Amino acid sequence: MQITSPQFKENARIALTDVGLQKALGNVKNGFPQKRANAVKRLPEFDQLRDQGRDLKNHIIANLDIYLEEFEANVIKNGGHVHWCRTSEDARQTILKICQDKGAKTVTKGKSMVTEEINLNEYLEANGITPVETDLGEYILQLRGEHPSHIIAPAIHLNLEDVSETFHAHHHKPKSMDPAVLMQEAREELRARFVAADVGITGANFLVAETGSSIIVTNEGNGDLTQTLPKTHIVVTSIEKVVPTLEDMTLFLRLLARSATGQEFTVYNTLSTGPKRPEDQDGPEDYHVVLVDNGRSDMVGGELQEMLRCIRCAACMNHCPVYGSIGGHSYGWVYPGPMGSVLTPQMIGIEKAALLPNASTFCGKCESVCPVHIPLPKLMRHWRKNEFERHLTPKAARWGIKTWAFFAKRPTLYRLLSQTSNRMLRLLGGKKGRIHKLPVVSGWTDHREMPAPSSKTFMQQWNEKQKAGH
Amino acid sequence: MSKADILNTIRRGLGRGLPSDAERQQVLARITRHERNLIPMRGQGSESEVQALFIEMAKEAAAEVIELPSLQALPGAVREWLQTANIPDLVMASDEELKSLDWTELHPIVQHERVALAGDLASLTLAFMGIAETGTLMLYSRKESPTTLNFLPDNHLVVLKRQDIVGVYEEAWARVRALSPGQLPRTVNMITGPSRSADIEQRLQMGAHGPRALTIFLIG
Ligand code: SF4
Repeated sequence: MQITSPQFKENARIALTDVGLQKALGNVKNGFPQKRANAVKRLPEFDQLRDQGRDLKNHIIANLDIYLEEFEANVIKNGGHVHWCRTSEDARQTILKICQDKGAKTVTKGKSMVTEEINLNEYLEANGITPVETDLGEYILQLRGEHPSHIIAPAIHLNLEDVSETFHAHHHKPKSMDPAVLMQEAREELRARFVAADVGITGANFLVAETGSSIIVTNEGNGDLTQTLPKTHIVVTSIEKVVPTLEDMTLFLRLLARSATGQEFTVYNTLSTGPKRPEDQDGPEDYHVVLVDNGRSDMVGGELQEMLRCIRCAACMNHCPVYGSIGGHSYGWVYPGPMGSVLTPQMIGIEKAALLPNASTFCGKCESVCPVHIPLPKLMRHWRKNEFERHLTPKAARWGIKTWAFFAKRPTLYRLLSQTSNRMLRLLGGKKGRIHKLPVVSGWTDHREMPAPSSKTFMQQWNEKQKAGH
Repeated sequence: MSKADILNTIRRGLGRGLPSDAERQQVLARITRHERNLIPMRGQGSESEVQALFIEMAKEAAAEVIELPSLQALPGAVREWLQTANIPDLVMASDEELKSLDWTELHPIVQHERVALAGDLASLTLAFMGIAETGTLMLYSRKESPTTLNFLPDNHLVVLKRQDIVGVYEEAWARVRALSPGQLPRTVNMITGPSRSADIEQRLQMGAHGPRALTIFLIG
């Protein structure tokens, strides 16, 4: 997909005035947070599970090489194959090769953000293989030529009217405004595709080292049809998804659905282990796991390491005031919201994604709902610092910060200056104490008023209080 | 090579080289121990509490629960259900426990033993376990019970014996492991209610790609 992260500001400006999008975003704000809160309330141990989830992920990352090798050994033991891919290009080629070896013409796909990350669909198409998205949201987007705007609710930016028109145009059926009817249309359209596909590609929510299994979590059952009907099942996933045991997987499953959709449990949690057994009557004859790195191993031991704990639940974006105002596409690449603002610079480069870590009010809501306690604001600040050091910050901002730093290191001068500017600002504020127009920063005062400062600087008040014995 | 490259980058990040055999064994001991994490109290009640919880949670997930006194009552109950739904055929799993019942009672409904095909209206399979904490069924693939039976037909009828209900997932894992030590079946399904999607405007619709209805015949 085309990267538009460098145009983040323009994207956001357009999003804010897009009436349809603003209506659709209401479905995020009015739905997910309340559902999550209800689910959390019903499980008194939820916060303890979060702490354990954080600690277990830390343990896994500290031994990631060991668990990955153990996982691989057990996949092979069960008759499957593991492919290690350092880059998106490696992964695309690997997947294409498996499909070509099988003479595949069509590939059905369960929902997978990693295949978005590596831009798989375009690549398969360019090589004469037709990918068919089977998750309802992804299917709608594929018909429209769009990409997901949310990691678990890919078509959340659309309204019923949009889906209705898209289906009418593609399905040649009477136009319907009933979501139930629209879903049935998709169900019927996709039945034949499921059966005809040569290869089924799914993601994985977790990989179990103990058993060499992958697990997918879906509500629709599309992932199960995708991985059961074709002769070949390819799991495309990333290296941080490995967990030691079924018990450890269970800890994360208890956190995942509740944090994501607010369900007690997702409808289908399906473990796949190797290809079908000789006596089985259905199931794939081949089982491949494509392990994508794409910058993740570089995060180990670095300042972003904690991001590797992410279980892709989407709670951070569901609770983010910025995401809720501008939607996922504004972020300009695969991963939106707070988790995307941390991951995107790592994956496409800070030069292209420098604006994302700034798209935060630092309200801290994301961190407070993250099931594995990822300090998202801290990680965004890491990028801001990095960006500043690499001179990617706009000139005016750099000049301002440097000037402040110059005075801050010289206390006497600083005090003198702040007293003077205080007086100036108070004059501008007049009797009401509000400043409507500020020279130089009119971009700020165009949309809001600035309160005039109090008559005394912080240092003056501090010294007076100290003297008064407080 | 990608594998070596990825593993070396991880090790560099961790500030260590190749782990020694002893170090590796120490970490992997976690796997042999099957250590349990915190298990919520909810699923840890008495046998009768756990069974009541299973029924409550399964219904909450929009499954239908029909209680039967014994397996012998199953063929008649299945026929009744299918006739009410106006379904003339049933695709069935061929587990001995099911096969040994007197299915003449199913008449006039036609019985098939095969994998599921697109267009099938109803299937009947045997659940391995029920997990009370979320009203979840556990099924697994085997010669007698192909996985397509759990997903392709419009209606999935599942037989669950009361004594196979456990409180929490961990108890089910212990039993799955005992099935065939060292290797899980190709597919282990945990199923909680019928298929659904909220992808259109977050409005929940039942019956996406999997079964539109999930009916549990609870035996005993
Ligand atoms: S960062 Fe945390 S809240 Fe956001 S998707 Fe990942 S696990 Fe969920």
